[in-house]
Amino acid sequence: MSLVDSLPYQVPLTFGRAALRVNRWRAERAAPRSKSEHLAPPLKISPRTKELIARHYLEGRYANRHRKVAWVTSGAPVELLKALDFYVLYPENHAALCGTARAVEEIATEAEHAGYSRDVCSYARTDIGAMLSGKTPVGRLPKPDLLLACTNICQTVLFWYRVLAHHFRVPLIVIDTPFIYTEATEHAVKFVQRQLEDAIPLAERVAGKRLDERRLKETTRLSKQASELWLEIMARGKQRPAPISVFDQFIQMAPIVEMRGDAFTVDFYAAMLKEVDERIARGIGAVKDEKKRLLWDNLPIWYRLRYLGEFLAARGVAIVASTYTNAWGELAPFIDPERPLASGARTYLHPILNRGTGYKLATMQRMVAEFQLDGAILHSDRSCKPYSIGQIDQRDRLLREHNVPALLLEADHNDPRAFSEEQVANRLEAFVEMLGV
Amino acid sequence: MAIDIRALGIDVGSTTVKIVGVDAAGNAVWHFIDQADPRVEDQVDEFLARAREVANGNGALPLVATGYGRGLVHQATRKITEITCHARGIYREFRHGGTLVDIGGQDSKVIGIGPQGDVIDFAMNDKCAAGTGRFLENSARRLRVPLEDMGAVALSTTEEVVISSTCTVFAESEIISLIAHGAAVGPILRGLHRSLIKRIVAMVRSVGLVPPLMLSGGVARNPAISRMLEEETEVRVILPREPQLMGAYGAALLALGMTAPA
Repeated sequence: MSLVDSLPYQVPLTFGRAALRVNRWRAERAAPRSKSEHLAPPLKISPRTKELIARHYLEGRYANRHRKVAWVTSGAPVELLKALDFYVLYPENHAALCGTARAVEEIATEAEHAGYSRDVCSYARTDIGAMLSGKTPVGRLPKPDLLLACTNICQTVLFWYRVLAHHFRVPLIVIDTPFIYTEATEHAVKFVQRQLEDAIPLAERVAGKRLDERRLKETTRLSKQASELWLEIMARGKQRPAPISVFDQFIQMAPIVEMRGDAFTVDFYAAMLKEVDERIARGIGAVKDEKKRLLWDNLPIWYRLRYLGEFLAARGVAIVASTYTNAWGELAPFIDPERPLASGARTYLHPILNRGTGYKLATMQRMVAEFQLDGAILHSDRSCKPYSIGQIDQRDRLLREHNVPALLLEADHNDPRAFSEEQVANRLEAFVEMLGV
Repeated sequence: MAIDIRALGIDVGSTTVKIVGVDAAGNAVWHFIDQADPRVEDQVDEFLARAREVANGNGALPLVATGYGRGLVHQATRKITEITCHARGIYREFRHGGTLVDIGGQDSKVIGIGPQGDVIDFAMNDKCAAGTGRFLENSARRLRVPLEDMGAVALSTTEEVVISSTCTVFAESEIISLIAHGAAVGPILRGLHRSLIKRIVAMVRSVGLVPPLMLSGGVARNPAISRMLEEETEVRVILPREPQLMGAYGAALLALGMTAPA
């Protein structure tokens, strides 16, 4: 491609990146102010997070002009695609971003008008609505050249990605990960590995290049490093007071999900860990007057993050551990950069949603002990059935076998129409009183 | 003659507003109930003026507000949820733990109360009016049966029509259709009570039924509720003297700073 050909995207990209950098510098120089008197000021790393996310979508906007684009599920073996230089878009992350931007109602309605039931996952409805209408708070999404869906998070993705494949008329790779009830069998690992190997020729054909094994090892190594750092950051929540809350994690997790396998993501989390350690050294807690510490189960309620964080902080309650944010760190030990495909098969078989409900209960019990928690909030998420199934039993067992008070809170991760503020507030308030705050 | 009131509790519910005054020993010595007015603040002012009148000379009394409208009671010393207040009121009344069912106008709660009176666990109806007083109220209106007679009418027959919908709006359509098919009022009412009780029993099971089963809230005055709750759970149901006042009474006790029964 000649220089002249590349100008239509190089010019806006260069200027756009520069503008984002300037915005970040400005934000970094301004004294961070707390949004609530009960919360610590936002992390100093926050302007950088904003820059990374904005840059990611800026690059996406012009990606079709010079790169191949893949749309993938959140638990997809992205290292393979990164090694083939794909620009990778995560519709789930984009949907969550629409959630925090309060744009879901309008976008999801587009899908509902096209006949998709409100019982379908609100991420899928947001994505399909964006696909059909072109509506997005990020300007424009690039069209995919390839789709990669991995069934390790739910079965909805199977149908959702077939809709995308039909609409965009592009190839779809499905990686089927058998459900793990207790242990992953060797033949399950082999089965997934074979699918990864089989996916390579198609991915290469779309990418127009051969997979370089050294690049694959490198992206795998970067994935592992970022996941390890993320795991370490979350473990800092064991400190009293906890230097960051789960609400901070919900915001800061964007890079580990959608920029896994990039070197700048490793640098980002290394810097974040340093800042978290500084907070610990200075005795700064995410919640200023931390009296009780809780666990969060299931996806966040994206459109009410700030409200919930401030509501609980005002009552001295900090949510310091979550099964959800943990999901992007706990797989780190499975990743082996020297055996990208074999270890990849094992890694992508083990997300919490692909494991039995007993595993989630055990994870929660471990967190309660390690993070010294006083209770748990289980978000019963109307959209995410695989995450919500088993919660009634998990709640009962936390309470009866482990004496951990637990609240089942009904909402939806992305659809504000399934959220009833007055009732949520009343339940939370009663739960906090029950904890004796 | 002035009544010796030392603390007040007000329960601003969705259907009625209740206020209770307690003496220094935590005995309920005065109360007042009225239909809820949308102008909550004015109504609370009125209630407090009445309290001042009867408590003549006691100055500003500590006040705890509870119920859905508690946030609007700016005169309150503290605002506490109905869960904590009902549990406190009922524990003082019976002086033992157990499982409390509170059916209010807008929501229903099942509260597990420990032997020391502390709230161990609770469940509330999900985000709709199914399983609440409003469910019966709507149906009573549709059937033109006075609310206070509903329970007696339901118990007057052994016949029962199955109401499959627990949704308040859909149940109303179902009633219209049943009437059109010639079903009698008694069996329909009995079926409606059954439907409500089954929702409540599901919540009781999620909290775990530790006897005795206690009942509070305005709907407890309906005799069919306790009877059917006994039938469905096979556990005896006990009622306080003034079930409707338990929230306000608990609030008053909390205002008095009583953490344990006197």
